[in-house]
Amino acid sequence: MILDIIKIRKDFPILEQKVNGKQLVYFDNAATTQKPIQVIEALNKFYTEQNSNIHRGVHHLSQIATTKFEESRITIQKFINASKSHEIIFTRGTTESINLVASSFGKKFITDGDEIIISEMEHHSNIVPWQIIAEEKKAILRVLSFDDNAEISIENFKKLITPKTKIVAINHISNSLGTINPIKEIIEISHKKSIPVLIDGAQSASHIKIDVNDLDCDFYCFSGHKILGPTGIGVLYGKEQFLNAMPPYQSGGEMIDTVTFEKTTFKGLPFKFEAGTPDISGAIGLAKAIEYIKSIGIEKIAEYENELLNYATEKLISINGMKIYGNARQKSAITSFNIGNIHPYDIGILLDQLGVAVRTGHLCTQPIMNHYNIPGLIRASYAFYNTFEEIDIMIDGIKKVKQMLE
Amino acid sequence: METKSIKEIQEEIIEEFAFFDDWMGKYDYLINLAKSLPVINEQFKTDENLINGCQSRVWLNASLSEGKVVFTAESDALITKGIVSLLIRVFSGHTPDEILSADTTFIDKIGLKEHLSPTRANGLLSMIKQMKFYALAFSTKIKK
Repeated sequence: MILDIIKIRKDFPILEQKVNGKQLVYFDNAATTQKPIQVIEALNKFYTEQNSNIHRGVHHLSQIATTKFEESRITIQKFINASKSHEIIFTRGTTESINLVASSFGKKFITDGDEIIISEMEHHSNIVPWQIIAEEKKAILRVLSFDDNAEISIENFKKLITPKTKIVAINHISNSLGTINPIKEIIEISHKKSIPVLIDGAQSASHIKIDVNDLDCDFYCFSGHKILGPTGIGVLYGKEQFLNAMPPYQSGGEMIDTVTFEKTTFKGLPFKFEAGTPDISGAIGLAKAIEYIKSIGIEKIAEYENELLNYATEKLISINGMKIYGNARQKSAITSFNIGNIHPYDIGILLDQLGVAVRTGHLCTQPIMNHYNIPGLIRASYAFYNTFEEIDIMIDGIKKVKQMLE
Repeated sequence: METKSIKEIQEEIIEEFAFFDDWMGKYDYLINLAKSLPVINEQFKTDENLINGCQSRVWLNASLSEGKVVFTAESDALITKGIVSLLIRVFSGHTPDEILSADTTFIDKIGLKEHLSPTRANGLLSMIKQMKFYALAFSTKIKK
């Protein structure tokens, strides 16, 4: 065993509960991960002992809160290997991070007739913000399609680039198909033409190693709640040169230098992009989550999750009528599937009766559903606290509900 | 033949469901109901009759016949369709005013309340609203 699962599971009290009288099997990790007790205790400690607003106060508690908040920024900086801590901007999540870049980068750098490249396998959060800015600026959205294995082609990507391309926005891992995209190559190719690249890392942060320095990406976005942290906190990493050149996204307290009714000047990075009181406890909780992941080892997590993926895939395809969507060679621990003509909702509802939590529906990726011409998918997504036995429970469950529905 | 009132039909359904002591029996029953529900006439499976849930879709058609509302419906998911068939059984064939004054607590009593939660985007809650809306429209039409 690569990981001590019994010990790890003890850190996640929520996993012990019963749902509908059955032991919970939580396979909705791509939607949100569960939180270890260490994170829950950090939140508790903050509100019972340290709560205060940050930066403005002279008093003791404010000093503690400020220090903790800024230490969290450094923890995140080191985790993703960013060169500077002020390149880490706290947001509400991946969605807000992408909105920030689309709006602010768009305002400064995108004009009439320019082009933005995204892929066909993006989450709505990496489609709609670009659509909005494209409409506003009369720019054009170019879409990189994927093939039957749910892989994109570098050759097709090269063909999409034109002198008008202003930015490329693509996910590291597809939330519906599990594909790990060749982002390093995409970044290299884009940079040869001086085009910046934004990576939507919502699905990667707690599963594979992120090194923004090595990737050389210009923006990287992820959410705290998908990496064992609290909801409501997220991260935007951006290269200093871009963040400095971009105008503020929101304005208000914390982000200003001087304000008169004639003119306001703004603070430098990272505060320029952090208007208002931030999610202080969220940032502290996120740092704790990252420390927890580091204590286990992200490489070990990736290796173990890959074993879970292989095991689940093998078991799933043995079921009659099973079709797995997304068979990329490089794949994260996500299995999305349909069985015969059974509606995904029916399977999801009945699996829930058996205590198995999966996601069903279009998974916030309607273009992927259109690609395959299906109403939705059943998605089981795994985390390092899941076990092979839990996969067996799900497989037995699927067989049982399949029989009921056929 | 005397037609049963909405309340009587609801009580009948509650009694039928009381028979099942586990979830599987109940859902098996719903699935069988779904399979026996007369499919909506293809001409009524239109975008205008579509009630979109995020998870499953429901088509609902209503017409007025001799002062009574006749509903036909369909869903792409079986469990949703099973509940749809119960709602049809309860509401179809009654006068608009009877439909408007009827409650839907029988769904709670048969242990399927979670399916009518506004957080389950399966189109069922919107379907009930739409049924009442049709009843209101027919009621207004009759009284004119």
